Parts: sequence; structure tokens; C-alpha cells
Amino acid sequence: MRELKITPIRNGTVIDHITNGLAFEVLRILGPRQLGRDSTISVAVHVRSGKLGWKDIVKVENIELTPRTVNAIALIAPTATISIIHDFRVREKRTVDLPAKIVGVLRCPNANCISNQPEPLESEFDVVARRPTVLACAFCERRVDEFLTHLA
Amino acid sequence: MSLRGRDLVSIRDLSREEITAVLDAARRMIPLAEGRKSGAQLRGRIVAMAFFEPSTRTRLSFESAVQRLGGSCITIADAGATSIRKGESLYDTIRMLTSYADAIVLRHPKEGAARLAARASDRPVINAGDGAGQHPTQTLLDLATIRERFGTLSGLRVVLFGDLKFGRTVHSLAYALALFGSELILSGPEGLRLPAEHRAELAQQGAKVREEPDAAAAIREADVLYVTRIQKERFPDEAEYRRVAGTYRIDAKSLEGAKKEMIVMHPLPRVGEIAPEVDATPHAAYFRQSFLAVPVRMALLAAILAGGRGGD
Repeated sequence: MRELKITPIRNGTVIDHITNGLAFEVLRILGPRQLGRDSTISVAVHVRSGKLGWKDIVKVENIELTPRTVNAIALIAPTATISIIHDFRVREKRTVDLPAKIVGVLRCPNANCISNQPEPLESEFDVVARRPTVLACAFCERRVDEFLTHLA
Repeated sequence: MSLRGRDLVSIRDLSREEITAVLDAARRMIPLAEGRKSGAQLRGRIVAMAFFEPSTRTRLSFESAVQRLGGSCITIADAGATSIRKGESLYDTIRMLTSYADAIVLRHPKEGAARLAARASDRPVINAGDGAGQHPTQTLLDLATIRERFGTLSGLRVVLFGDLKFGRTVHSLAYALALFGSELILSGPEGLRLPAEHRAELAQQGAKVREEPDAAAAIREADVLYVTRIQKERFPDEAEYRRVAGTYRIDAKSLEGAKKEMIVMHPLPRVGEIAPEVDATPHAAYFRQSFLAVPVRMALLAAILAGGRGGD
């Protein structure tokens, strides 16, 4: 386990194989200010990786990610893997898979889209292509292939 | 294959067969649209016209269509006079309308508004234009005009001329013509080309599309010359608008090399793109096009509200 430059966690989530340089975007998605008092986040940037060359890792203690958070990570870092840790053991390890619909994660880049108005609705995108990912707004049909700047 | 109870938000909601069925029904509606026969498919039905943006011909042709079939309308024609001004959401406005009407026809300045309305409503919603987005009934009446003149929608050469960037009608029309296997020739001012996104979509669809910057050359080989209005409101400033708008205008002279049976279409209103002298030529089809709005909308309303094939 040579990649473990930061200490193992007892309970929580490890987000590994993040595209190098995107750890801070993942942090932004996690919203560190909203974490509970028992949560500590550790970040490792520019870690050697057999698969990717270089990668980032984010570890969050005592938190399991919501589907919405996982979807957001899947959008900006499709190579990421997510491991759920219970008592220092990996309980579950999976890649981030985009569902067919992405709800409440992105803002539509079309300023004139109804989803950017004060209406009782959540933003919604359909996945129209994978590798690379292309989404289409479920309301105005605008296509989006760049996600960092549109995170809600 | 029935349209009964369905929404029409985008032309993509209809299959090629469904489009053909609506156009066939529209042809049978013509004597009713002209007032020579009367229809009753919508008797006792109320259709709400929710127009949150100024529109003359779309609203009036929908109202005419409802009334020709014996139905009646309730209308929001000036959003400034409604509780929208008090901050009511479109969602709530639509929910309210669903308890007053059997179907809702919506025109709204925001893209995607019709999709939202369709979700808010348990009654059918027909999109009558949402911002720069979709305007499927315009596409249907454009197709009806072409089909009436040529008897087919396949194998024609259709020149899309003018504002291909912002003109919402051309995006849906290009999609539909490609669906029927006509060839698209794009022509018009440099800065108003078809956006890459739409070109990519047409390519994906397997459409025959090419550019012909030389308008005269495009007109010579056209079966249909579809001219669009340059939308002043989309330009950052007046000077830029005038510079672009001045570069294209169809007059009798520019049609000299055209095929005899070629037709000129325009979604109207025109503001100088087509000289009035063209009206007197056999090429002018835009007034027929605006008339066909009524039978096409009649056929659609009858199919959605009464499940009828219309005119039978």
C-alpha cells in the first residue's frame, strides 16, 4: 500500500484515482463547511499511480457520500473510485458510474433556460454521450461537455 | 400510434409516421379552416392560450383552429396583466390553468418553459415557442406547405437562408427535413451560420447538409428557399444588426435564376428580407404558409384532444 501517504481512516470514504489536480474540485463538491464535527478530510495531491501516472486522493472520515455527490464527482473525475471504509476495512469499492439522469448537480449554462428561473424545480440533465461525457439539459436541451464551471 | 393526451414540446416528440399523419389530417381540415365546412371535434372543450410573450399569428391561428372545431379558448395574452407580475412561478400558473382548461398552448420567453409546463400539467401542453428553443407547430406548418406544393418531403433541395444561428424555426425544420431525407443547403451571412451543435446533430442523423455561401448559386438549385428574419433583439448593438441585415434581401431580380417551381417561404413577420415585389411572383408561398397554420393546428388539436384523425 505504498500510495497511502496519509493515515488510514477508521470509518468513512476514500475517493481514489481522482484526475491529478482535481482534488480541490472534489473538495468543493464535498462542501467542507457542511461537514459534521467528527469529519476530517485528508487530501493527497500528485500521488504516483500505476493506472493514471499521477492522481489525487481525498479521504473523508465518518461520512458516506450521497448519490448526488457521487454523481458530481463522476462528472468531473470519471476515473475516480470510491471505497466505503468500516473499521479500517474496505466494505465496498466501486467506480463512479454516471446514471442516465443527473439531477440537482449542475446549473444549466444557458442563462435563458427556465431552470435558471425561480421555479420549483431541480436542474436536470440527460447523459447523451459517454467517454467523453456530454449532457443535455432536460428543459432547454442545451448540451454541456464542461462541468467544473457549472457545478450548482 | 395515437397523439391523444400527449404533449408536443419539441418536433422530436413526433415520429416520421406521426408527422405524416398530422399532415394528412391537416389536408382534410382545409375546407373547415376556410369556413366552407364546420367541425365539431372540440365541442365542449376549452383550450388555454398562455402567451407570456407577444405573438400575433401564432396565437390567432391557434384560437381560430380551436373555434373552427367548435371549441372555445381562454387566453392570457399579456403576461403583464397576470399574477406573473406578482411573482407567481410558471409552474403554479400552469397548475392553475389545468383546472380551467382541457389543454394548454404555451408561448414563453424562456427556453425549456414548455418542458416545465408539461411536467406541471396533467393536461396536454402544446409548445407555441419557448425563447430561442422549440416551436414544433411552426415546423409542422412549414412541412405542410412544402408537401402541399411538391407532394413529398423527400428528395428535395431546401435552402435555409438568413439567420441560421438564432432562428429557432430553422433548427427544428432542418431536423425534420433530414428525417424525411431532403437535402439541406445552408446559406446566409457569415456571422449567422448554423451553430456547430446543430450541425453535429444533423451529421449524427445522417442528414445531407452542405454550405453554399453564394446566395445566387444556392437559389439556382433550390426547390425551396426558406428565408428567416434576422432577429434584431439578438444583436449586441444596432450598428452590427444593420451591417448584417443589409447584406441579404430577396427581390425579384435575385430569383431570376431560380427553377420555375421553386417556392419562397418565410415564417413571417418579415422585416425587409423579402421585397414586396416577390409577392406577385409564383414563387411566393409565405402567405399560403401562414394560412396552413390553421388547418395544421386544427389537426393537431383534434388528434391530441379528441384522438380524431380529423376531417374524416
